[in-house]
Amino acid sequence: MARVELKNIQKSFGLVKAVKDANVTFEENSFTTLLGPSGCGKTTILRMVAGLEAPTSGDIMVGGKRVNEVPIHKRNLGLVFQNYALFPHRTIGENIAFGLKYRGVSKSDTGAKVKEALDIVRLPGVEDRYPSQLSGGQQQRIALARAIVIEPDVLLLDEPLSALDANLREDMRVELKAIQHRIGVTSIFVTHDQSEALAMSDKIIVMSAGRVEQIGAPEEVYNNPASEFVANFLGASNILDVSVSGSDSTSIALDAPYFGTIAVPRDRAVNLGAAKSGKLVIRAEKLRLTNEAVDDKAISAKGVVEAVDYQGQVARYFVRIGDRQFQAMNMIEGRPFDMGAEVTVKINPEDCAVLPADR
Amino acid sequence: MSDTAKEFDRRPWVLLAPSLLAITVLVVIPMSFILVYSFYENIDLAVDRVAFQLGNWQELLTDGYYHIAIWKTLRLSVIVTVLSAVLGYIPAYFIAMTKFRHKWLLLLLLILPFWVSFIIRTLSWIHILGNKGALNGLFMWLGLTEQPIPMMFNEFAVILGFVHVFLPYMILNVYVSLEGIDANLEPAARTLGATPWQAFREVTLPLSTPGLAAGGLLVFVLTGGSYVTPLILGGPNDFMFGNLIYDAVVSELNWPMGATLSFTLLVLLGLVVVLYSRFMGMNQLSKAFS
Repeated sequence: MARVELKNIQKSFGLVKAVKDANVTFEENSFTTLLGPSGCGKTTILRMVAGLEAPTSGDIMVGGKRVNEVPIHKRNLGLVFQNYALFPHRTIGENIAFGLKYRGVSKSDTGAKVKEALDIVRLPGVEDRYPSQLSGGQQQRIALARAIVIEPDVLLLDEPLSALDANLREDMRVELKAIQHRIGVTSIFVTHDQSEALAMSDKIIVMSAGRVEQIGAPEEVYNNPASEFVANFLGASNILDVSVSGSDSTSIALDAPYFGTIAVPRDRAVNLGAAKSGKLVIRAEKLRLTNEAVDDKAISAKGVVEAVDYQGQVARYFVRIGDRQFQAMNMIEGRPFDMGAEVTVKINPEDCAVLPADR
Repeated sequence: MSDTAKEFDRRPWVLLAPSLLAITVLVVIPMSFILVYSFYENIDLAVDRVAFQLGNWQELLTDGYYHIAIWKTLRLSVIVTVLSAVLGYIPAYFIAMTKFRHKWLLLLLLILPFWVSFIIRTLSWIHILGNKGALNGLFMWLGLTEQPIPMMFNEFAVILGFVHVFLPYMILNVYVSLEGIDANLEPAARTLGATPWQAFREVTLPLSTPGLAAGGLLVFVLTGGSYVTPLILGGPNDFMFGNLIYDAVVSELNWPMGATLSFTLLVLLGLVVVLYSRFMGMNQLSKAFS
């Protein structure tokens, strides 16, 4: 178990800068997610920690020691691949025992450790089967067992759930988090799936185009996005250009199109600083649609439902207000709104976040 | 419904017909002729008597000369196969693993020699290894030797010629096999604690054995059945079983004996193929990829 630090890490592939000056800490025994679209550099960071890529510059520290020059096989890391990467010519037992062999574990201990690892991933008794005889989800559990049986300092997970189908993926993510919690290993998880990141992480590192966009706890990143990119990448957001029209000790007044003046609490606008204009971020599920009369103090605008994406418990509405389309995600109480329905769209100032205009 | 299910399904046979026809007309029938011919009696040059006698077969079984040829053929084939495997694996591995964007160019280079006749490629060694060849010219110019070093017309030259000609078959087979291996497996082994060499030995090498086995079989059978290379590059003692067939049929015009020897070689090489696929477990190996 060890803390992992990246100091001023840069990585170029030819002319392409895959990672631009990353300074990141992965706390001991915590579950940290690198989140971003493909090509954002998240996998490159993972591969550099594993030793599969060498950074162009900067230091990689594991447990306080610089490991840049340490070869892969001496780093004591567990790596789980998206496509499982089990050895097809070896049985499950041999696959899991693979890493133990190089650690001088005796034959009798090996058997016990393999059994224990299979118990942890809840697949006891499959030692003598071959990988091809197991399902995708089972193979991924074996890959996890193979990685944790060596008691790695760091567990690296490279989109391990992406190859599984939707239901299995959700089960596995609960289970993966539970296993990580139980064995308490420092884990670095790479994904492009925001719901995986939100559900599993102690900390999320959002990346875009080789740069770290934001680092924070899931609620923090979700509720207080530091940039427009983060706001859009973690769920659907509505973003409005606003200008500052006044302020007092508790709130900042913003002039927003369609909605008039909105007094946003100061703690929702920390990223704005002293700027005179900014961007107002309102998450789709924070836009409330109603067809009842609203009181005068409420911040609202009139709109027309243009499309409905019915999802059972919730519905996603595309609402036109003036010349703009907004997205709203609402729980369905009674009947969903129909296409063409005239509705009032309400905003709660506490649910907004404000960003400077240039971010 | 059950009637139609039981009804004879012609489609597989229709699809197989062209190949079955070709095998029958081009292999089974000629080989049957050859088998029949092996019982004829050769009276004089190119004069045969139709008969059913075991004289040719008796000669094959009792004359030590033939047994030496079988031994030499086996020995050379094994040497050439092993050398091709070792020498072929490296370029195959390189082509499979390289990040070079135009891999097809490397593969084209591999196929390029096939555009030149096999005999011409074999003859070209005379200009390299011969007494007035490039190597001896170089050595003498450098003053390393006064007299040209004899490098031609010996077993070394024959092996060299074989490896040269059959190596691409090995490389292509191994390459295809390596190309099919999941690129994450070696890194997976590395992170688990294996050195590069251990990762190769434990993962890549065993997973590429189907290619090695297929390439090996091909090279073995091609070597075992050839006679041109020893004829051109070998000395008087570097004959293989194929050369005896050539001598019997072309020089001595003793077709019944030639037929006997041909049939023997066919059976021997066929036996190798059968044993090989049996013990190397071709089916077992293909499982590795399923």
